[in-house]
Amino acid sequence: MVNPVIQVQDLSKSFGDNSVLRRVSMDVATGETVVIIGASGSGKTTFLRCLNRLEEPGAGTIRLDGNPVVNSGSEKQIADQRSQFGFVFQRFNLFPHFSALDNVAIGPEKVRGMSKSDARALAAAELKRVHMSDHAMKRPVQLSGGQQQRVAIARALAMKPRVMLFDEPTSALDPELVQEVLDVMKELANGGMTMVVVTHEMNFAREVADRVIYMENGRIAEEGPPEILFREPKSPGAQRFLRHLTHE
Amino acid sequence: MTIDWGIIFKSIPLLGHGVVVTLQVSALASVLGLMLGVVLGLCSLSHSRPLRWIVAGYVDFIRGTPLLIQIFLVFFALPALGVRFDEFWAGVVALSLNSAAFVAEVVRGGVGSIERGQSEAATAIGMRHRQILIYILLPQAYRQMVPPLTNELISLVKNSSLLSVISVYELTRAGQAIISVHFVPFEIYTLLALYYYVLIKVLSWLSSRLERRLPTW
Repeated sequence: MVNPVIQVQDLSKSFGDNSVLRRVSMDVATGETVVIIGASGSGKTTFLRCLNRLEEPGAGTIRLDGNPVVNSGSEKQIADQRSQFGFVFQRFNLFPHFSALDNVAIGPEKVRGMSKSDARALAAAELKRVHMSDHAMKRPVQLSGGQQQRVAIARALAMKPRVMLFDEPTSALDPELVQEVLDVMKELANGGMTMVVVTHEMNFAREVADRVIYMENGRIAEEGPPEILFREPKSPGAQRFLRHLTHE
Repeated sequence: MTIDWGIIFKSIPLLGHGVVVTLQVSALASVLGLMLGVVLGLCSLSHSRPLRWIVAGYVDFIRGTPLLIQIFLVFFALPALGVRFDEFWAGVVALSLNSAAFVAEVVRGGVGSIERGQSEAATAIGMRHRQILIYILLPQAYRQMVPPLTNELISLVKNSSLLSVISVYELTRAGQAIISVHFVPFEIYTLLALYYYVLIKVLSWLSSRLERRLPTW
C-alpha cells in the first residue's frame, strides 16, 4: 500500500476470557476512508479504541506514519501520540461546563500550549468547518444531538490529527439529525482526511467509503470496495449481515 | 430555679467577641482545609501509587483519632519537634488538618462520580491525567460537592468549640470565662447553644443559596 498512515499487525485484545480481537491486521492509506461494519460484539469499537489506546491492546503492533504507537515513555509522549488520532464518540462526550467554542479550544490550549486567544481563533475556524459558527457560545445542553456531534468533530479536528476515528457517530442521534453529521463527515472525507468509521449507515458507506471492512468474532471476515462488498459479499456472515440490514 | 436575666443581657455583647474569634478560626480553617483537602483529594485520584497511599494513610489517621487528641498533638506535641504555634494558630492548624481529610474524601467521591466518557474524551484529545482532573472533572463536580462540604463546614464550626481546651478565646471559652466568675452555667450554656445554632443556620442557608446558583450541567 502506498503511504500507509496506520499499519496494524496482529492486533489482539481480550477482556478476561472473552477474546474481542483476534490477530487483526490492516493498513489505512493517506486520505483513505475505511468503513468498518459488523454486528455488535464483533470487535469493531474495541478495534477503534485500541488505535488511540483508549483500550490497551493485548498483543500486536500499531504504527502511525511508520512509528510504533507504544504505551511506554512519559505520559506526555503518550498523550501527544494519542492526540494524533481524532476520536469521535457515539455519545459525543462534550464537556458540559464549556461553551461549544471552549470545548474545541481546550485541546489546542492545554495540549498544544497555544495562547487562549489563538486557541479560540482556531476553534472558531473548526466550528465553521462543521457549520456551527452560529452556536459557538452555547453550552452543549442547549444544542441538539446532531449539533453536539458536529462540535465533537470540530473538537477532534482542532488537534490537527493525522487520522479521524468515528465510533458509531450517528447511533445515538434522532433519525432526523443523522444526515447533518454524515454530511460533515462526507465533506471531511472529500477534503482528503484519512478516516476510519465504525457505522451502521450503509448509504454513507456506499457513497463515501474507499473500502469496507466486515468484522465478525473479532476478525476481519471480508473487505473490499463498497460496490463489490455490498453487491456480492463472499462470506456467509457478511451475506447474512447485509441481508438483515437491507430487510430492515 | 430563677433565671438571671441580668447576666444574660450583660453576656450577649461579651460573647460577641467570642463569636468573632469562632468565625475567624472557622473561616481560616475552612479555607485552608478546603485548599489542602482539594489538593489531597486530587492526589488520591492521581496515577501515582505512593501519592495515593500517603493520602489514604492521612485520611485514615484523621478519621481514626479524636479531634481533641489532634488538637493536643498540634499544640503540645509539635513544639517538641520545633514547630510552635500560639493558641489561635494551633487551633486553626488542627482544624484545617482535620477538615482537609474529610474534604479530600468529598473531592474524591465527587470527581470519581463524573461519567467516564468525560475523561475518555479529554484523554482522546491528548490531555494528561492531571489536566483532566483540574479542567474537566473537578469543575463538573462542584455542585454535588456543596452539600457534603456544607456538612463538613458545620462540623468544623461546632468542633471549634473544642479549642477552648487550649485557651483559644472563642465562643465556648468566652462563655466559660463568664461562668467561672458568675457561676451561671444554665444561662450561659443555653445562650452558647443558641449562638451556635444561629451560626449554623446562617451557614446552611448560605450553602443552599450557593447550591441553587451553581449550574447543573
